[in-house]
Amino acid sequence: MELLLFYLVAIAAIASAFFVVKCRNPINSALNLVTTFICLAVYYVMLESPFMAAIQIIVYAGAIIVLIIFVIMLLNFGQKVKGRYTHGLAAGGLVSALMLLVGSQFVRFGEATGTGGEITSAVLTEVGHTELIGRALFLDFVLPFEIAAILLLIAIVGALIIAKQKV
Amino acid sequence: MVMTPEVLTLSNTPVLFTVAMLLKIAVAFVVMILIVAYATYAERKIIGRMQTRMGPTMTGPKGLLQPIADGLKLFFKEDIVPSQAHTFAFALAPMMLLVPAFLAIAVIPFGSDFQFTYDGVLYTVPLQITDLNVGVLFILAMAGLGVYGIVLAGLASNSKYSLLGGIRSTAQMISYELAAGLSIVAIFMLSETLSMRGIVLAQHGPLWGIEGLSFIPNWYIFTQPLAFGLFIISSMAEVNRTPFDLPEAETELVSGFCTEYSSMKYALFFMAEYANMITVSAIAVTLFLGGWSGPFFGWMNFLIKIFAFMFFFIWIRATFPRLRYDQLMHLGWKVLLPLALANIVVTGIAVLI
Repeated sequence: MELLLFYLVAIAAIASAFFVVKCRNPINSALNLVTTFICLAVYYVMLESPFMAAIQIIVYAGAIIVLIIFVIMLLNFGQKVKGRYTHGLAAGGLVSALMLLVGSQFVRFGEATGTGGEITSAVLTEVGHTELIGRALFLDFVLPFEIAAILLLIAIVGALIIAKQKV
Repeated sequence: MVMTPEVLTLSNTPVLFTVAMLLKIAVAFVVMILIVAYATYAERKIIGRMQTRMGPTMTGPKGLLQPIADGLKLFFKEDIVPSQAHTFAFALAPMMLLVPAFLAIAVIPFGSDFQFTYDGVLYTVPLQITDLNVGVLFILAMAGLGVYGIVLAGLASNSKYSLLGGIRSTAQMISYELAAGLSIVAIFMLSETLSMRGIVLAQHGPLWGIEGLSFIPNWYIFTQPLAFGLFIISSMAEVNRTPFDLPEAETELVSGFCTEYSSMKYALFFMAEYANMITVSAIAVTLFLGGWSGPFFGWMNFLIKIFAFMFFFIWIRATFPRLRYDQLMHLGWKVLLPLALANIVVTGIAVLI
C-alpha cells in the first residue's frame, strides 16, 4: 500500500518537475512547481516528519511560489515568451542524461554508511517530530541557526537598499 | 458494570473504523454545505434588518427557500469563458479557493468523544475527522494554499479589473497571514501542543487552575485577549470580508477577481467566501473559545459558538466602511505585526516565570 503510494506520488513529482521546465507559459511552470512541492510534502509525511511537510507547504507552496506568481503577474509575460529560448535544448538534454548516469553510478557503487542513528521511528512516535526539531534548532544548533537568521536579515536590508535608493 | 471503552483503530476494527470515518466526513461536509447555503440567507436577512429593509421574503415562507432558488438559478446560467482567458487556470481557480477551506475542517474537533456499543463491545470515537499532531500548522498551510485561487482567478481572466483585484488580494492575504500565524504562536506556547484536540483539552477546567474562579472556563480568550483580537482582525482580512474587501471593491473594480466569472464557477467563489468564514470561525472557536466545552452537548456548543462568530462577521459588514489600500497595508504591517510579535515576547516571559 505504502509502496504503491510512493510510486504514484513519484510519478506525479517527476512529471510535474518535467513540466516545470517544459511549459512555455510561466504560470503553468509555477503551478507545476507547486505540484512538485506538494508531492515532496507527501514524502515528508511518509518519512514520519509531519512538521517538515507542513513547513514545506507553508513556506514553499504558500509563500515563495505565490511571490513568484506575483512577479509574473506584475511583469505580465503573457504568451510572448513562447518560441524563444530553444537553442540550448540538445546540450541541456545531453547534460541531464550525463547527470543521470553519474548519479545512478554513485548510488550503485557507493557504500551505505551506518544506517540506524539515534532518531528511529520509535523515538519519533514517542517524543514527537516537532519537539525533536525544536530541540535540535534551539539547543544543539542555536548558533548556526541565529547566524542564518542574521544572514536573511542582511539580505532583506540589501534588497530594500537596492530597491529604494532614496530612503 | 463499567467497561473501558476501546478506541476505534484501523488495525483492530477495519470495517467499523472505515464506516465511522466515512460517516464523520459525510456529516462534516453536509453540515458545512448547509451552513454555507443558509449563511447567505442569514447575511441578507440580518443586513436587511440592520438597514431597515426586509431582506428576501418571497421564496417560500419568510424567504427560507432563497438559497436553493439562487443555487438553481446560478446552475442553469450560461458558463462564459472569456476568449483570451487561460482556460485551465480559469477553471482551476474557484476549486483552489474552495477546497482548502473544506480541507481545514478535517482537523477541527467538533465534539467530545462519542461512545457506542457494537457487538457487546463499547467503542469510543473522537468527533473529529483526524487528529494531526501538527493540526495548527496544517490549518496555516491550507490558508496559504487558498491564496492560489484568487491569484489564478486574477491572472487567468485576462482582464484589468480581475488582475488588479488579484494583485490587491494577494498582497493583502500574504500580509495578514503573517499576523494571523504569529498571533496563534502565543496560543501554542501556552498549550504546549500543536494538536487541535490537545488545545481544546488544555482549555478545560477553571481559569488559570484557580478553584475560586471555576465559574469562568479556562478559555484562551481570557488569557490571550490581544492574540484573539489580532487573530479575528487578520482572519477577517484573509477571507476578504468587509472592512477588508478591497479585492472585490464594487465601486472601483466592478467585482475584482471574479469579474469574468459566471454560472457555477461564480457560485463556487461565492461558496468559498462563506466556507472560509465558517473555517475561520471554527478555528477561532477551537483556539480561543474552548471548542466544544459549554453547557449543552459538545457539538451544540460548537455550532452555537460558530453561529455567534458568523453573526459577528455579518454585523461588522453592516457597520464598517471599506479601508483605503494604504490604510490596509499600514494596519497589517505597522500595527498588527508588531503587536503580534510583542505579544509573543510577553507570553514567553510569562511562561518562563
